[in-house]
Amino acid sequence: MKAWGNAGALATLLLIAVAIVVAYLVIPPFPFWGAVRLGLVYAFVGLGVYLSFRVLDFPDLTVDGSFPLGAAVVATMLVAGVNPWLATLAAMLAGGAAGLVTAFLNVRFRILHLLASILTMTALFSINLRIMGAPNVSLLRQETIFTPFSGVRIDNVDVTPLIVLSVLVLAALGVLIWFLNTDFGLGIRATGANPRMARSQGVKTNANIYAGMALSNGLVGLAGALFAQTTTYADATSGRGTIVIGLAAVIVGETLFRFRGMWAALVGCVIGAVLYYLARQTALDLGQPGELLDWLEPSDLSLITAVIVALALILPRLRIGWRR
Amino acid sequence: MIRVTGLAVTFGRGTPLEKRALNGIDLLVEQGEFVSIIGSNGAGKSTLLSAIAGEVAPTAGTIEIDGRDVTRQTTARRAPYIARVFQDPLIGSCGELTIAENLALAAARGSRRGFGRAVSHARRELFRERVKSLGLGLEDRLNDRMSLLSGGQRQAVALIMATLAPSGVLLLDEHTAALDPGMAEFVIQLTQRVVAEHKLTTLMVTHSMSQALACGSRTVMLHEGKVVLDVRGSERTGLTVDDLVAKFRNVRGKAIDDDALLMG
Repeated sequence: MKAWGNAGALATLLLIAVAIVVAYLVIPPFPFWGAVRLGLVYAFVGLGVYLSFRVLDFPDLTVDGSFPLGAAVVATMLVAGVNPWLATLAAMLAGGAAGLVTAFLNVRFRILHLLASILTMTALFSINLRIMGAPNVSLLRQETIFTPFSGVRIDNVDVTPLIVLSVLVLAALGVLIWFLNTDFGLGIRATGANPRMARSQGVKTNANIYAGMALSNGLVGLAGALFAQTTTYADATSGRGTIVIGLAAVIVGETLFRFRGMWAALVGCVIGAVLYYLARQTALDLGQPGELLDWLEPSDLSLITAVIVALALILPRLRIGWRR
Repeated sequence: MIRVTGLAVTFGRGTPLEKRALNGIDLLVEQGEFVSIIGSNGAGKSTLLSAIAGEVAPTAGTIEIDGRDVTRQTTARRAPYIARVFQDPLIGSCGELTIAENLALAAARGSRRGFGRAVSHARRELFRERVKSLGLGLEDRLNDRMSLLSGGQRQAVALIMATLAPSGVLLLDEHTAALDPGMAEFVIQLTQRVVAEHKLTTLMVTHSMSQALACGSRTVMLHEGKVVLDVRGSERTGLTVDDLVAKFRNVRGKAIDDDALLMG
């Protein structure tokens, strides 16, 4: 079992490497790095969704609101001349506050978690427009956290923002892996896995739902802030479908690293997000006139995403079936 | 010490399905006493344990543990004084967490859960030593998920979990009912060893009359939410299973007589 596991992990990593190289060769240079950049931004969404869906067992759609909330907060503060890092931190805190609202509706008033999160998400749509004062805000001339870093070019593309993003993703991964292995973090995992047992061990499950939801949506708010700064605009509608992309990242990651423990699942979220955007970019490229799938329209992407997530859900079951 | 005074629990109050699960229970369990609780289905045994653990809110009466009134405290709040092993092995531990992580959760019972490493080296050593004492070979599987263990193994680990943090009271809710006879015997012997070692005040609900007499120092029988028999000391030593069954029939008969009177 263990030997197979190691061989499986090696094979998986090899597969990922081959997939990335193939994708790099298939996709023209610029969109490739663009896809990796988006993947790294959405890696934070993947981590947040993993926290709510998997760790807390709390299906949370707040993210469709907290992602543009992060973007709105950072954009408004950057335009007002606030330090970019401070603005990014504020966006993260705003996302966390949104998570607290959902947790409050669920814990205090026993509103079904899905419904509680839909309520927060709906409210956030108005709030985001209020914060920005317009449906979208351009950050083209604003200083962002990426402005001081530039210079490393591959294929004539400045990949320095990618390095900054990678460092941030690695930092988030490290903090999460550390946190979930502390007494506090373990209490949160028990809250999601077996609340009755958790309470009998003195774990304050309600407090942990607040903490976990704040952390989850804080990560998503951070993703929104990074999205706005890398794409140089904030848009009130940019949150639509965030949850599906986050789920795609979680599920793709889980499919690659099945049953390999929590840290593997977290790393899987990051790799899953990047792979998702590479797959998406490949689909977009193949849909260009004269390419293999030129009957594809950009508007078909939602359908493709749903198919990818569905396949990722179905494949592991098939694999078990074959082994029998 | 556990002091239960006039404890009443009614489910579905004011509805047609209203059920009085506990009907004025008075029970004083001294420090270090090991009480086995018997009674037919629906007698209120599990409800009594749940009320003491804080999962069921009493409609009347008070619960004191070591002199503290815990009647209105949440389950998590009173957890520092109470260790519990459930009937269903799946409820007492987290299948998705490893053995070591489950033990770490239990080791932190009653203390603030901060940002220290949950499965620290010191704790791992302690866990290894404690789990080794089970003689099940689990000490080399501390990083295995709990879900890989059998029901009996999980109950054995649950008993270890119950003793990692100091607590005055141990609640056992038919914790051998879901096990095969061999494993049930193993867990019962382990229970007696653990209770003796840690001098725990113990309440054990059981369906088995022989188990009730073989374990502990006192036996309480519940019927329709009331204490109908409470024996200890020399009175209990001479008691056989047949005597208990006879008393049980007696109590039931009386109840039937009462009903008959009411009907008449």
